[in-house]
Parts: sequence; structure tokens; C-alpha cells
Amino acid sequence: MKPFLRAYARNKGAVLGLMILALVALTAALANVVFPFSPWDMQGAPFQPPFDPDAWLGTDSLGRDVAAGIAYGARVSLLIGAVSTAVSLLIGVSLGAIAGYAGGLLDDAVMRFTEFFQTIPSFILAIVLVAIFSPNLGSIVAAIAIVSWPPVTRVIRAEFLSLRGREFVQAAEVLGRSRTAIVFREILPNALSPLIVLASLMVANAILLESGLSFLGLGDPNLMSWGFMIGAGRSVIRLAWWMSVFPGVAIFLTVLALNLVGEGLGDALNPRLARRR
Amino acid sequence: MLAQLRAQFGLDKPLTTQLAIYVGHVLQGDLGTSFRQGRPVLGLILERLPATLLLTGTAFVFAIAAGITLGALAAQRVGRVADSLITILALGFYATPLFWVGLMLVLVFSVWLNWLPSFGMQTVGADLHGWAAVVDIAQYLVLPALTLGLFYMAVYARLTRASMLEVASQDFVRTARAKGVPEGRILRRHILRNALLPVITFAGIQAGQLIGGSILVETVFAWPGIGRLAFDALLARDYQVLLGVFLVTSILVVLFNLLTDLLYAVIDPRVQAA
Repeated sequence: MKPFLRAYARNKGAVLGLMILALVALTAALANVVFPFSPWDMQGAPFQPPFDPDAWLGTDSLGRDVAAGIAYGARVSLLIGAVSTAVSLLIGVSLGAIAGYAGGLLDDAVMRFTEFFQTIPSFILAIVLVAIFSPNLGSIVAAIAIVSWPPVTRVIRAEFLSLRGREFVQAAEVLGRSRTAIVFREILPNALSPLIVLASLMVANAILLESGLSFLGLGDPNLMSWGFMIGAGRSVIRLAWWMSVFPGVAIFLTVLALNLVGEGLGDALNPRLARRR
Repeated sequence: MLAQLRAQFGLDKPLTTQLAIYVGHVLQGDLGTSFRQGRPVLGLILERLPATLLLTGTAFVFAIAAGITLGALAAQRVGRVADSLITILALGFYATPLFWVGLMLVLVFSVWLNWLPSFGMQTVGADLHGWAAVVDIAQYLVLPALTLGLFYMAVYARLTRASMLEVASQDFVRTARAKGVPEGRILRRHILRNALLPVITFAGIQAGQLIGGSILVETVFAWPGIGRLAFDALLARDYQVLLGVFLVTSILVVLFNLLTDLLYAVIDPRVQAA
């Protein structure tokens, strides 16, 4: 663990990313302590400009506190990002493991299926899915997961293809271990490092997708989210720039941090590739 | 009355039958009827398609040209200030939501500086012809195309940089240098040409995402393309139109991928179009 941490800390951007991410997580965790009221409640006069002691990021067209909205929105973004990534990892790893380990006809079938999903424009598919199943937390997570699993399948399949011919796998086969044991105990742990890097980028992507959906009005109507806030600020941008600027900065920082962390993890897990760059 | 409407829209049949009817119609080129506008979906989409193609096409060309230029510049000056600056810029645009970039551009260039129009595709009621109309539309095109293009520019810049660095370390580059080929020529003819292959592959795959992103951009800028059509259909719960847009864009993506494959054979003679 120690050399890994040292390798990670060598990348300044990655450390910065981790710090921003910790800050976002802290904001999400302390949202109801710092802002002990619902982000949907009126807190002051509408269109109050920012940098005011009462509402330091201003208020929106209904007098709601923008800072409170961002803090509560952090919960939604992180939650959706994490859960939808977990779901798509589950789909992607299962399919990729089957395709890579079984090979043959099954491999072909799974890969054609994967390519089909990769060809379909993902954002439009997500919109169609959320619109048909009515926007709520479950349908949004499902839609994001359904459009983001194909890269996982491809990565895991490639890893399995290269690993399953290795000697340690052959040794396990000779020892008579069951197929599930070989897949989960022998091969999968060795395929984890590209998966971890991919997962951090997928959380970033999921947050971007969620913000796009809620910007279009396809967010969960009971949850305050960053995309929704920007969407609400769009029509009054001439009047109240702060309504759309600050939530956007929040998305930007979170996604940037996740990207930096992903890059840092990639460098630390794959030192040989990092040095070449 | 209700039963009559149900029968009219075919909603009295079982779901599977409804699906079969829909697929059957789609195969015959009939995408159904928009019940809000009372017009065939295909007609609505074809009417809006040129605007979307103009927007995505411009954004794509801009993204490719700017991305490859920036990526090449960064690769040439690897490790220096310009390289770090381009890398940071690319990372930044990669992390910014498209619709927010659009809003910020509107804020700066339309609201504060008042240089460019913020929404629509042409000046309403100005009835322009010839060059005047082209210039008019071009002014409206700048901000949406920039919004859509900046993200992909970032992607292509990163890709070009990485790919050029990899090609530059190969033997044939050293050979060219050893036999005294001028540095600029090595860069253009030897490194860049070979480095472009993965960029083009990736660009072809991403064409679909570009059309998906245009929904957000068209919504922000009220650009009258199929993305805006999809958004309006979404608000009106006009799902026939939404599904139609989804199908048409999917077909466009497949066509675009085919085009990229053919282009591949032109750029790299080693690839044979089978």
C-alpha cells in the first residue's frame, strides 16, 4: 500500500483532485448541518445577488438559497454517480467475464450486443428511457447504467482474453478449481487495476449525464440537483447570472477532480506507462 | 369518447401487438404521427435535419481542426509551458458540461459584450437573401458550434498529443532524422500522418455523441434542429417524435461509422476496403 500511495502522491494533479473530491463529499455530508432547511424553501427576496451575508451565493427566482441548493445537489450528484457506476460495473464485468472466458460463439454474441449499445447515441437513449419510465432516482440510475456499461465489458473482456492463457490460470485449472473460482479468485483480481481507473472516469461521466438530464427537466422532481438549477437559471440569465454560474462551477470542479483522480490512479497502478509519458 | 380515442391510436391492443405494429411501420419508413402537431414524424424530422447537420458539421470540423492543431503543438513542445497550458485547457473543457459552456458563452458574448446573438438561427423578420443571409446565419452559428465543438476539441487534442508522442519515438522517425529530412517535414509527413489514424477512428465513433450533445446545445440556443424537436417532444410527452428522433440519429451514426471506415482506407493505403 505504501509504495502505491507514494506513486499516487507523485502526481500533483491527482492529489489536488482528491482534495477537491473530499471537499465535495464534506459539503454533501454537512448539507443539512450548514443549511438546516429544505433547499426548496424560500429564504429571502428573489434574485438577491451573491456575496451577501444572508445568501452568499445569492437567491433564485423564488428566493431559494443557491448555496443550499448546491450543497444538497452534491448529495444527488455523488449518489447517482456512485450507484449508477456500481450498476454498470456489475453488468459490464459479468458480460465481459463471460465473453472473455468462454470465448467462441458466446463471445461473439456478447460483443455484438455490446457494439449495438455502443453505436446508439447514449445521451438520446438515456433521455428516451428516463422520459418513458418517468423521472425518479431509480429510472435515472438505470438509464445512466444502461448507457455506460459497454466500455467496461470491452476492458474486462480484453483483460480476460490475455490472462486466461497465463500459467497461473492453467495451474488453477490443473488443480481442479471450479470455473467460478478461477474467474473470481484468479483472473478478476488481476484485471482490477484498469477497472479502477475506468470506474473513476465513469463516475465523472455519470455526473455529467445526470446534470444534462436534469437540465432538460428529467431530474427527480423531489431532489435538488445541479443540472436542474442551471436549467432554472437559463431563462433569467440576463437578470441573475449567479443562478447558473455557481452550480456549473460545482459540476466542473467535481468532474475535473474525478478525472484527475482517475489519471493519478492510472499512473500509480501502471508505473511503466506513466514514466513513458 | 375515451374508447374511441384509444381505438384511434391503437392503444386498445396488447402492448406486444402495439410494438409489432410500430416496428412494422418503421420498416416501411413510417415513423408514426405526432399527436401534438398532427403531422407525420418523419416529415417533422427531415424538416429540422439540415439545421442540426449544419450545427454538428461545423462543430465537428472546428473540433477536428483545432484539436489536432493544439495536440500537435503540445506534442512538439512536450513538457514546456505551452504543453501544460494546452493539457490543462483540454482537461478543463473535458470536465465542463456542454450546456453550461453554452450558457457562459451567452453570458459573456451576448449579455455582457453584446457581440453575437444568443438564440435562434436567423434574424426574425429580416427576410435576407444571398450573402446577407449566409452572414446572418453564420453569426447565429458561432456560439452553438463553439459550445458543441470545444468539448470534442479537448478530446482530440489529448488524443493527438498522446498519439504523436508515441509515433515520434518509433524507428522510422529516427531514420528520417538521420538522413537529414527537415524537422518540419518530419513532423508533417512522418509523425502527424501516422498519428492521425487513431484520432480519426475515435472521431468516427464519437459522431454519435456529437448528435446527442446537440440536443443540449440546441436547447440552450433555441437552434431549430432535431435536438430542439426532441426537447419540445419531451415537454409535450410526444413520445412518437422522441422515438423517431432516436431512430433517425441512430441511423445517422451507423452511416457515419461506415463513412469513417471508407475514409480510413483513403488515408491509410495499408487498409483495404473489403
